[in-house]
Amino acid sequence: MKELIKLYLVFFRIGITTFGGGYALLPILQRELVEQRGWATDEELMDYFAIGQCTPGIISVNTATFIGYQRAGATGGILATLGFVTPSLIVITIIAALIQNFADYRIVQNAFAGIRAGVCAISLHAIIKLWKNAVVDKTTLLIFMTVMVLSFVLSVSPVFMVMGAGIFGIIINFIRAKKIKGGND
Amino acid sequence: MIYLQLYLRFFMTGLFAVGGGLATIPFLQEMAETTGWFTAAELADMIAVSECTPGAMGVNMATYVGYTTAGVLGDIIATMGLITPSIIIILIVAKILDKFRTNKYVQWAFYGLRAASVALISVATLAVAEMALLKGDISALAGGAGAGSSIAGIFGLLDFKCIFLAVLIFMGMRKFKKIHPSVFIGISALAGIIFSLGGV
Repeated sequence: MKELIKLYLVFFRIGITTFGGGYALLPILQRELVEQRGWATDEELMDYFAIGQCTPGIISVNTATFIGYQRAGATGGILATLGFVTPSLIVITIIAALIQNFADYRIVQNAFAGIRAGVCAISLHAIIKLWKNAVVDKTTLLIFMTVMVLSFVLSVSPVFMVMGAGIFGIIINFIRAKKIKGGND
Repeated sequence: MIYLQLYLRFFMTGLFAVGGGLATIPFLQEMAETTGWFTAAELADMIAVSECTPGAMGVNMATYVGYTTAGVLGDIIATMGLITPSIIIILIVAKILDKFRTNKYVQWAFYGLRAASVALISVATLAVAEMALLKGDISALAGGAGAGSSIAGIFGLLDFKCIFLAVLIFMGMRKFKKIHPSVFIGISALAGIIFSLGGV
């Protein structure tokens, strides 16, 4: 029980000190879990993070669930995740309520016009980083272009495109593997 | 039943968004279009707020959308919907961890998934850019007569002050990689106020 409460509180702290998520989480996990508590080594942390990346869902939530599970089983996984999202629930609820009340003010509208322009720049910057890991050859470039066109022109649902791209990835690599095998015969 | 709908919509988002918080944006954009719960402009603001408040961006976005759609209970339900698939999948995968990670089919699927995810995020960002960097609705242009007037029309639509700010912020981020994005969002907000951006 004590362990579970501790898990919740530790992940509450991690949640409140994370900004952005994804890779921004890694240095915080390093400090909280590796350096301060010795719950994991650096290598283990990288493994946890890799699991978070190669499972469906948001990386940071996946990683929280996984570390909680490692410490205290299924209940631990659930509590760590709840601890991680609690700060978001509190902070965003307050901010959203405030913004709804102040949205009509000219100064707030001007600020958000600036912020939206900034968000474009920040997103572009993030996309360039993601691109380097995701678009690694001609095939992935083809997937990228196809999904862009289908999404932009035909507004196909992202759900179908994510599923389609996953299946396509398996098929194309299956064919490649067969070819290599065939070539060796 | 709005709460059930919210839960299911975010469950799907949690299940199919691959990667960090940005990966949820395409799903939220589709949600805005098909349900009318919030507008595309509101979504752009939510992205900004989520990026510069504590908490993972994807979780913040879910909470924000849930609150806008159905109040406090809505934000709790949306967030629970988002994290449910993660909890289920990780609890299953954790037992067969090493087999799962080294499984070639998993690796092959993610080879395709990552490229698709970046493409979806790019398209979502284009929609945000349309909102942030243009003065009006681009579809209003399609109704205009003649090719000559439409080129002039495009120039008329561009919000040069906002474009200039976006370019400056992008260059700043490339140059000062250690500075956190929330600092750039703060600068953008200040610039917005000082130069009365957005034509208000």
